[in-house]
Amino acid sequence: MNATVRRLGWALSDTGVVARRYLSHLVHKPDELIGTLLIPVLAVLLFGFVFGETMGAAAGVDDYRDFLMPGLFALTMAFGIGNTTIAVVSDAGRGVIDRFRTLPMAPSALLAGRSVSDVVAGVVDLAVLAGMGLLIGWRWNEGWPSALAALGLLLWLRLAFTWIGIYLGLVVRSPEAAMKFFSLVFPLAMVADTFVPTSSMPGWLAPLAEWNPLSATVVAARDLFGSPGVVSDSWVAQNALLMALVWPLVLLAVFVPLAVHRYRSAAR
Amino acid sequence: MTGTTEAVILAEGVRKTYPSRSRPSLDGFDLAVRPGTVHALLGPNGAGKTTAVRAMATLVRFDAGRVRVAGCDVASESRRVRERIGLTGQYAALDEVLGGRRNLEMFARLHHLRPGAARARAAELLERFGLADAAERPVRQYSGGMRRRLDLAASLILDPRVLFLDEPTTGLDPRSRAEVWRAVRDLVDRGTTVLLTTQYLEEADRLADTVSVVEAGRVIAEGPPEELKRRVGGSRVEVVVADPSEVDKAAEVLGRVCGAPLDVDPDTQTVRAPVGGRGSELAKVVRALDEAGLEVEDIALRRPSLDEVFLSLTGRRTGEGEG
Repeated sequence: MNATVRRLGWALSDTGVVARRYLSHLVHKPDELIGTLLIPVLAVLLFGFVFGETMGAAAGVDDYRDFLMPGLFALTMAFGIGNTTIAVVSDAGRGVIDRFRTLPMAPSALLAGRSVSDVVAGVVDLAVLAGMGLLIGWRWNEGWPSALAALGLLLWLRLAFTWIGIYLGLVVRSPEAAMKFFSLVFPLAMVADTFVPTSSMPGWLAPLAEWNPLSATVVAARDLFGSPGVVSDSWVAQNALLMALVWPLVLLAVFVPLAVHRYRSAAR
Repeated sequence: MTGTTEAVILAEGVRKTYPSRSRPSLDGFDLAVRPGTVHALLGPNGAGKTTAVRAMATLVRFDAGRVRVAGCDVASESRRVRERIGLTGQYAALDEVLGGRRNLEMFARLHHLRPGAARARAAELLERFGLADAAERPVRQYSGGMRRRLDLAASLILDPRVLFLDEPTTGLDPRSRAEVWRAVRDLVDRGTTVLLTTQYLEEADRLADTVSVVEAGRVIAEGPPEELKRRVGGSRVEVVVADPSEVDKAAEVLGRVCGAPLDVDPDTQTVRAPVGGRGSELAKVVRALDEAGLEVEDIALRRPSLDEVFLSLTGRRTGEGEG
């Protein structure tokens, strides 16, 4: 009993030490943060001022900016995968992971610490993006508790995506290879309810987009922010809140064990 | 706990084949390292040195065999082994963004020192490795030698009984290399057992009490460096004569002064002969050549290369029996 408690205590402490390491990177080397935010911030401006009017009209949304922001929040959560993968793969390449593995620390604390720091970075991402949104006139209409719940869902998604990134970082061998994976995130983030409602997509594509984990979170967040949206009457779209909770859980159930196994198995 | 006469590292019949490779990386690897000594694994790239170190440091699960380090079984008691070892890999395994002090404090915390103790240990190690002035600078601004020293310091948080160093000086300039050598000798004076891998005969010679020559995943020769050098034949003098017709005459002079075996290469007008390591023998050769009236284009004392060690131990050059 005592030994278990002590082990758990050390595991938490180890995770904290590792999370602090990655968070110091955000302070000392902010380009990682800026890199993740560059595309969403540009998207706020591009879609808010250039394409927004047309796209909103075409999609049947009155206020495209209110429609857009939840989509961009989720998009940013997805883009976080890139940073995670690159950080893990460069740690592996330089033997840093080997050093961690020869330490008498809790075996999965390195990965857990990375995911904690990613979620904290996600908070920063969301804060910056929300600030941008407020500047261009985005508002939430359902009060603070709902808005915070929406942000919570977005971070829950970020946590799940982080573990995909960690797993990819342990599997691929170079940052270049990681970048190739990252280019797959783009279509994944677009074929969802992010920029246009799924109802405006071709019939064969719409279900795919609706079942995209990103869509569930976006639709649920729109609902909680009180933003306009075009919700299709498919089961997934009608149960977006449930799916926004379940999808990340499923992803975590798959990728946490995969990543931990990969990290612990010595056959690299 | 093992007694002092017992081996602190003991590997028996270790085999490891990576799924992606056809040839085994370790193929019946045996090793016994006495406590308080420096033991070098000498071999070319791809000989299996790194895999051997990784297996002994709990990083590679091997297919067969047994390894005990500091009295614990590497496979079944890996956590205990990790409390007793330090590892410095081929690349400086450090956080490039953080400073030296933050790096050491982080590793100390992960060794489960309390925050205060971690700070004290970091400060002590920075001082000892001459890095106190650079403590706050990010590691990416460190020189190669400084990185290696910090890397060494990070392996020494808990005063490990066994320290594994995988090619500790590869890619370093001579001055940094000397710094690392000094640090290693200092460690051994404090009672740490060091197992290092190297491609440089000179490094093994300078540092090691015992050298194991590794090829194709197993140890093919072992002994003190002196003995190894004796078997290889020690240093050689290399004379290049100016006139191609005088090669035979030079060979005759060298044969008289140095004895056999001579290596004569008429194409490059070069004659090689064994000499002792001392300069006085070189002087003797120069005098003899001068007395014989030979015009010499170049003369040099060459220490045996790793290639020559292999040639004399295995009868073939490094890399030949591969693939």
